[in-house]
Amino acid sequence: MIQDITPIQKAAIEKVNAQGLRVLICAGTGCVANGSLEIVKKFEEYGLTVNPLGEKDKMTAVPTGCHGFCEQGVLVVIPDLHVTYVRVKLADVDEIVNEHIIGGKPVERLLYVDPATGEHVQKNENIKFYKEQTRVSLANCGHLNPEVIEETIAMNGYEALHRVLEANDPQAVVDTVLKSGLRGRGGGGFPTGSKWQFTKNAVSPTGKKYVVCNGDEGDPGAFMDRSIMEGDPHKLLEGMAIAGFAIGADEAYIYVRAEYPMAIKRLRIAIAQAEEMHFLGENIMNTGFNFTIHIKEGAGAFVCGEETALIASIEGERGMPRPKPPFPANKGLFGMPTLINNVETLANIPPIILKGADWFANLGSEKSKGTKTFAVTGEINNTGLIEIPMGTTLREIIYEIGGGIRNGKKFKAVQIGGPSGGCLTEEHLDLPMDYDSLTAAGAMVGSGGLVVMNEDTCIVEVARFFMNFTQNESCGKCTPCREGTKNMLKILTKITKGQATLEDLDLLEELAYAVKDGSLCGLGKTAPNPVLSTLKYFRDEYIEHIVNKRCPAGVCTALKTIEIDEELCKGCSKCSRTCPVGAISGEIKNPFKIDQEKCIKCGACVSSCPFKAIKVK
Amino acid sequence: MAKTLFINGKEVQFENEPNLLEVIRKNGFNVPTFCYRPDLTQFGACRMCVVEVVYPNGRTIVNSSCTMPPEEGINVKTNTDRVRKIRKTVLELLLANHDRECTTCDKSGNCELQKYSEEYGVRNIRYAKKDPENYAPIDHSNPSIVRDPNKCILCGACVRACQEYQGHAVLGFANRGSKTTVGPVAGKALADVDCVYCGQCKAVCPTGALTLVNEVDKVWNEINNPNKKVVVQVAPAVRVALGEMFDMPAGENVIGKIYSAMRKIGFDLVFDTNFAADLTIMEEATEFIERVTKGENLPLFTSCCQAWVRYVETQHPEMINHLSSCKSPQSMLSSLAKYILPKTKEGYTKENTVVVSIMPCTAKKAEIKRKQLTDNGQFDTDYVLTTQEFAQMIKSAGIDLKTIEAEEADSPFGEYTGAATIFGASGGVAEAAARTAYYLITGEEIASDDIVELRGVDKHAYNKDVVLDIKGTKVKVKVVSTLVEAEKAIQEIKAGTADFQLLEVMACPGGCVNGGGQPTSCNTPELRVKRAEGLYNEDKCDTEFRKSHKNKDIIKLYDEYLEKPNSHLAHELLHTTYADEFKGSYKDL
Repeated sequence: MIQDITPIQKAAIEKVNAQGLRVLICAGTGCVANGSLEIVKKFEEYGLTVNPLGEKDKMTAVPTGCHGFCEQGVLVVIPDLHVTYVRVKLADVDEIVNEHIIGGKPVERLLYVDPATGEHVQKNENIKFYKEQTRVSLANCGHLNPEVIEETIAMNGYEALHRVLEANDPQAVVDTVLKSGLRGRGGGGFPTGSKWQFTKNAVSPTGKKYVVCNGDEGDPGAFMDRSIMEGDPHKLLEGMAIAGFAIGADEAYIYVRAEYPMAIKRLRIAIAQAEEMHFLGENIMNTGFNFTIHIKEGAGAFVCGEETALIASIEGERGMPRPKPPFPANKGLFGMPTLINNVETLANIPPIILKGADWFANLGSEKSKGTKTFAVTGEINNTGLIEIPMGTTLREIIYEIGGGIRNGKKFKAVQIGGPSGGCLTEEHLDLPMDYDSLTAAGAMVGSGGLVVMNEDTCIVEVARFFMNFTQNESCGKCTPCREGTKNMLKILTKITKGQATLEDLDLLEELAYAVKDGSLCGLGKTAPNPVLSTLKYFRDEYIEHIVNKRCPAGVCTALKTIEIDEELCKGCSKCSRTCPVGAISGEIKNPFKIDQEKCIKCGACVSSCPFKAIKVK
Repeated sequence: MAKTLFINGKEVQFENEPNLLEVIRKNGFNVPTFCYRPDLTQFGACRMCVVEVVYPNGRTIVNSSCTMPPEEGINVKTNTDRVRKIRKTVLELLLANHDRECTTCDKSGNCELQKYSEEYGVRNIRYAKKDPENYAPIDHSNPSIVRDPNKCILCGACVRACQEYQGHAVLGFANRGSKTTVGPVAGKALADVDCVYCGQCKAVCPTGALTLVNEVDKVWNEINNPNKKVVVQVAPAVRVALGEMFDMPAGENVIGKIYSAMRKIGFDLVFDTNFAADLTIMEEATEFIERVTKGENLPLFTSCCQAWVRYVETQHPEMINHLSSCKSPQSMLSSLAKYILPKTKEGYTKENTVVVSIMPCTAKKAEIKRKQLTDNGQFDTDYVLTTQEFAQMIKSAGIDLKTIEAEEADSPFGEYTGAATIFGASGGVAEAAARTAYYLITGEEIASDDIVELRGVDKHAYNKDVVLDIKGTKVKVKVVSTLVEAEKAIQEIKAGTADFQLLEVMACPGGCVNGGGQPTSCNTPELRVKRAEGLYNEDKCDTEFRKSHKNKDIIKLYDEYLEKPNSHLAHELLHTTYADEFKGSYKDL
């Protein structure tokens, strides 16, 4: 007889209610770096004595996971007072407590200012960054203390697992996931339900099967998986347990990068607490279902995010991808059928079980159901972590949620899907963000990295940057990826230095296709995407570098020349004194000159000139 | 039940082929590969064997055929523009990063990178050439193998061979991306790790990254020195493989032509290691019977294979007393030559006699440097040339092996029986020993000379237990090839579950026929089988006797010099000791 979860939920809700006025302070990695733990401590000190205005008799500081609006950290949210404070410093705590919590008067200067209207916005739900989002996998992030399991239970944590175990029908679970239309959130977009079905159907030589959670989030600037692991670890654990029950696995691994110490710590705490409550471990909720979760720390190799390399790494081998087929569903970890899902994918499972496949399938677009998280960075006003229904347009993300381009600059392009993704341009602003449209446009959803670039960005340099990343992160196994990315980088570097020819450009393109077609794993197959998509949309800019030896964005150092306008120069010698390499000389009150051989193009002279006589060409 | 797929539109049947590549090759098509070796785990790294696969639903993918299981109904296109472009790009990329000093490369003419570049018409390397200043130093430290990292294409065949044949992982991958290298752990020299010198890494290497230590010039110098008497011996497995380098089929026995070529090259006396193999059986069978009688140091380990001896010394030094004290046949013949020739042949002194041995083996090059195999500071064997080096000598001497007449070997170390010939294949030593042990124990001849259950080289790793009935006495023999299997046997002994009294180990898959010094860079099971058939054929059809104790010259040797097996003089000349620390074992390494 399955254990009754209702009394557990009741006790958890009581415990949360007993906290009184909850002050949610973001303790995600970004805000912690901004000193949020000090702020938590300060609120805790107040919490011992403060008697808030209103019906709550006490106040509790709740350190939470990432709220997503990292641009505005440290964030302090007091739901009962309907207020969100942004950019909170330690020194602001006194004011928040005395003025608002005790005094009942919001601290206006700490409220978010809408860049469009210039007005202070008090309520979270009125901040555009949040207003336009639909949070499913991130629903609880920022609303609970991830290190206290009761807070999760009070928000329906482990209720989905309870429901699944009570119904005791693994195939029904797989059917629900199939019906929901959920697709892998790690980048590939493979239908999750099909993967579950394959693994469920696979025959294991010993009966053993594994669930592996891929938390090796490696794209530069991506932190959606980290936010889930840090902010709502129980949702992930619950999703894994449901997956284990559905496919017939009793053991699981979470592969997390060692660079995510906070995620590892919170996952460990969460696993221990869940085992204590019999939500994990032996004989879960008295049903006889066993499910043990181990944590495997990765050593920071990007390629270990590739599922077969990840498996090799867990097995203790060098993290090199293995040819597929056989797919992990048939022969995975230690040779056994293995279900590998990404963190975000698994975090979508409990809500799907609780709210139903139809509810999920109604979110998103026709072929891409549900929501997707994106890590928005670059030249945009509101950087941070967002979750939106699939099919939302780029324009909505950049101009509504993101608040537009920083400093009123012009939008140029956006790199989607990390180093494996592609560049999209202004013409794609109304493209729905889903798996198929993005792939058709030469980009990919990937794990959801989204870097916004403005007119000051050199597109060749962007391609070079990503190529440098992939060639460093190539495992070195297959020839096209190992040697091909290296040579693509060499050609790109030549272009940014103005040393390339048009033949080099043809060779770059030819090589890009060979690497895409010929590589062994996804890393190599997608590595040329940034080059191919920028060649497609910005070929002129490449040619400008090659033929006219000019970088239109003025970024490529080797193609810059800095000159002094003799007409404007008054011979004050300020530039000469500023120059770090002594490249500028002249006589006082006569025009000065730059020795181009010595000049390192740092631009220090340009900003030092009081007469704007020094120009970059 | 056979299933059907299409290759370039042609309908073909497949059944249990492990991958698409095998199906392609079986049906008269071919695709190039660097990293695929049938014996080893499929790796899928070089991407030369990529093919286009069209599924019945129209979906088309490009995949490596060596890693793809054949599927019903697919249409495989092996030669499309798309896959040819990938192959040519791969070649061009590899060559850009490669030391292209082909003319002076040991692998020239036999190099797969060279071959495919030629076939694909790669004439222009458009990618930046690796700066020779960034070349890594060539590792000459190992007595058998030279490692040139600048010619490595990172196909990983050597890594897998070392791991999967010898369980040893002396070679491994290091670093990432374009900085990836293959080599011994932590950048060590190949002499400073527990390499057993088997040469299988070199045998599977498609390029000149792993080559033999070539000593041909040194041997020519000795031959051309009028003050030296240069005698030569040739191992069993050489005779069935050398012909391959002269357009003769694998397994064709060319021993008579070998003797003839040796004389034409200028060797003073031509001997056959087979003679010493017969002698080994006399000594080892006697030793075995004595150990069984006394119940000491059982099971007895055969000691012909230097790679195995080195493995025991480095990995299981506490078990060296299990090793037979018999020298390898090569070393027995060398000691005898330096002891007997000065007594019997005019102009021969111990000092001016140079012994050269032609071996299928790279480990033999290390073996002769053991200090236990020296006499007053002088090496018993002076030079070991592998089959490949010997072929080079024959070619450079302008001799056409195919057309020259067969000759006989010289006395007194030229006579041999069929039992000696089969030393070259896994199970052969045990079979030869069984034939003679039967006689020594019972005084009667064994009913049938063919103990086929001991044989077999078709699989790369053998581990078989055979019970021999010697007139009611049961003798349990274990025959293994590869050190992975040998290690299993050792673990059985350590666990106390081993019930065999004799353990025959050959480190190379299938035995010496597949040694690291044999011709051809790609070991295939078919080749091993053909070479072994050549040996068993000689044993069965071409020799007067098939038992070592019937060798007339052996009988004479005991009558005139040694008195009886395991005599005092026999011990002095034919037996050796082992060191539990290998560093003490080798001289001048």
